[in-house]
Amino acid sequence: MPLVFVNIGESIMSGPRYPGFDTLSLHAGASPDPATGARATPVYFTSSFALGDTDHAASLFNMERAGHVYSRISNPTNAVLEERIAALEGGVAGIATASGQAALHLAIATILGAGSHIVASTALYGGSHNLLAYTMKRFGVETSFVDPRDIDAWRAAIRPETKLMFGESLGNPGLELLDIPRVAALAHEHDLPLLVDSTLSTPYLLKPFDHGADLVFHSATKFLCGHGTAIGGLLVDSGSFDWQRAHARTGRFAELCDPYEGFHGMVFAEESTVGAFALRARREGLRDFGAAMSPHNAFAILQGIETLGLRMERHVANARRLVEFLASHPAVESVAWPELDSHPDVELAKTLLPRGCGGVFSFNLRGGRAAGKRFVDGLKLFSHLANVGDVKSLVIHPASTTHFRVPAEQLARAGVGEGMIRLSVGLEDADDLIEDLTRGLKLAQKGA
Amino acid sequence: MLYDVHGAPAYAYTGGKVFNPEQPTIVFLHGAQNDHSVWALQSRYFAHHGWNVLAVDLPGHGRSGGAALGAVEAMADWVLALLDAAGAQKALLAGHSMGSLIALEAAHRAPDRVSGLALLGTTFPMKVSDTLLAASRDALESAIDMVNIWSHSGPVPRPASPAPGFSSTGMSRRLMQRLAEQNPAQLFHTDFTACNAYANGATAAAGVSCPVLFILGSRDMMTPPRSAQALTAALKHGRIVTVDAGHAMMAEQPDAVLDALAAFARAL
Repeated sequence: MPLVFVNIGESIMSGPRYPGFDTLSLHAGASPDPATGARATPVYFTSSFALGDTDHAASLFNMERAGHVYSRISNPTNAVLEERIAALEGGVAGIATASGQAALHLAIATILGAGSHIVASTALYGGSHNLLAYTMKRFGVETSFVDPRDIDAWRAAIRPETKLMFGESLGNPGLELLDIPRVAALAHEHDLPLLVDSTLSTPYLLKPFDHGADLVFHSATKFLCGHGTAIGGLLVDSGSFDWQRAHARTGRFAELCDPYEGFHGMVFAEESTVGAFALRARREGLRDFGAAMSPHNAFAILQGIETLGLRMERHVANARRLVEFLASHPAVESVAWPELDSHPDVELAKTLLPRGCGGVFSFNLRGGRAAGKRFVDGLKLFSHLANVGDVKSLVIHPASTTHFRVPAEQLARAGVGEGMIRLSVGLEDADDLIEDLTRGLKLAQKGA
Repeated sequence: MLYDVHGAPAYAYTGGKVFNPEQPTIVFLHGAQNDHSVWALQSRYFAHHGWNVLAVDLPGHGRSGGAALGAVEAMADWVLALLDAAGAQKALLAGHSMGSLIALEAAHRAPDRVSGLALLGTTFPMKVSDTLLAASRDALESAIDMVNIWSHSGPVPRPASPAPGFSSTGMSRRLMQRLAEQNPAQLFHTDFTACNAYANGATAAAGVSCPVLFILGSRDMMTPPRSAQALTAALKHGRIVTVDAGHAMMAEQPDAVLDALAAFARAL
């Protein structure tokens, strides 16, 4: 009697299990290099790959064989990173891009074109807002911005030409927590995919796909890389959105369901039932827009991801200490932190972010813009710069920097006050960070 | 492309090509709770190398209509009817897992219509454990995860199909979930019951005279190579190729599987 077809099931009564988050962070997508035995993922710093004979070459170009052709389209180092983020998010595929902005653009450009429409949250990173409100508009893609907490506003903004709904898991800088299950359900009711910018939460704290999101992207520059070195983006396809069904019902997404002249008449949704989006994003988007990630950057981001779980625990622990300190300080008007009872999303955070709300938060100083400036100038340990998710603590005054192009009215709608300070809490000793904040707050108060 | 088979729409991926009666035909048959896309790279290669490709979605799976067929024999009849609908007199049948039993049974039923058999991840009898059979009926997500984990050679994803950046375990899990969404009517359980109940394998194998290729995964936990011995012994003229992969060999070793299939097809 052969040992066949899962008779092994009888011997593993507890059932098999997927590897845990930290194991995937270290191993997903990689194994020791078969050519050299190198344990770390090698940096394949090459523009192009030998194609073999002409038939093999044609097969590679025509997507009949696995392999790499040219590093704008794929690269072995990048592929490890892409598989790793796909595994960590619970998706089917990842695509590494030159930056987070490039990842957002790639998501949009893969399924939208002139005449298409997006419904997006108002609580967006300034760069994302710029891309949607001004730049994509120039190419004929319109966006309606809605209060992320107002589900009726999301619904009311949907048009026949809408093809995407988009929000940030944790809004920047107000930490508005996107009700992913609710917005995803609405999107799916209308045969629309939900794209989530998950930069501030990372898959360690929140996996948007588990809650109904269809596409996720990261500015990998932030917590994934973690060390403030490489610029990069990652776009992840959950594989859960049924493009073919949506196309049959609404006529949308011909990009994935009708023959594509630009790739020998390929119908991406036939070629891959659950990977159609990622296929087109790579085969068209990386090929034509060319915003590929350098393999050097992929290596740096891979190294960061290896310690993502450990770092996020410490980021959260330090952020909680600082929030506790600031929330009771007389110079502070308010602290936006979803674990505080004063935050409108406190209940939702218990469901979506049980491990914590990350390492970035903002607070409002009494004394407005002038106090904010004195505070920033008084800090010694926090670095004043336009980034988040570094191992070192960072500070910025959004109204005068990241959001300075946003008109005052929209600034208010995005929840950015003139005295708002955004902190990205690093991994230093919390007592040293509190000492630094104490110094800044003292100076802020002095001029009041 | 959609055909009409037994009054229901029958989908087969053709690589975007129109059927050419001058060319040989290859039929790709997927396993339980899967669809044509598990053959993504291999089917596309054949479609662009002088073959008519029919990478099917079996009834009740993916884009094909009708209810899932509860017996391997019925699925074999359906495949032969599809050949009629497509206008193919003869075909090379490549089957994976449950699909390998369908190919074998079809060769038994209509030997004059099968030019060759490629049996991947195969075994006979294909007994499904009670644990998994029950899970496929009562705890679908759990059954999907069991099969997904046991179908891959290890916890670490391997080089990707259909393109770099794809996670094989992620793809496989989502595909099985998608099949369940598209057809919630106990599809997995129906497929597994058909595998479990199929009893004609030894008889069918005894009568097969066409060329046979076995592609076995050295790390296959679902159908370990040693469990294929009954079939390989019965089909002594068959060639055995072992690839370094688990049960999901088309995704884990797409080129090795393709090379074996292409060499076999060229020699027919």
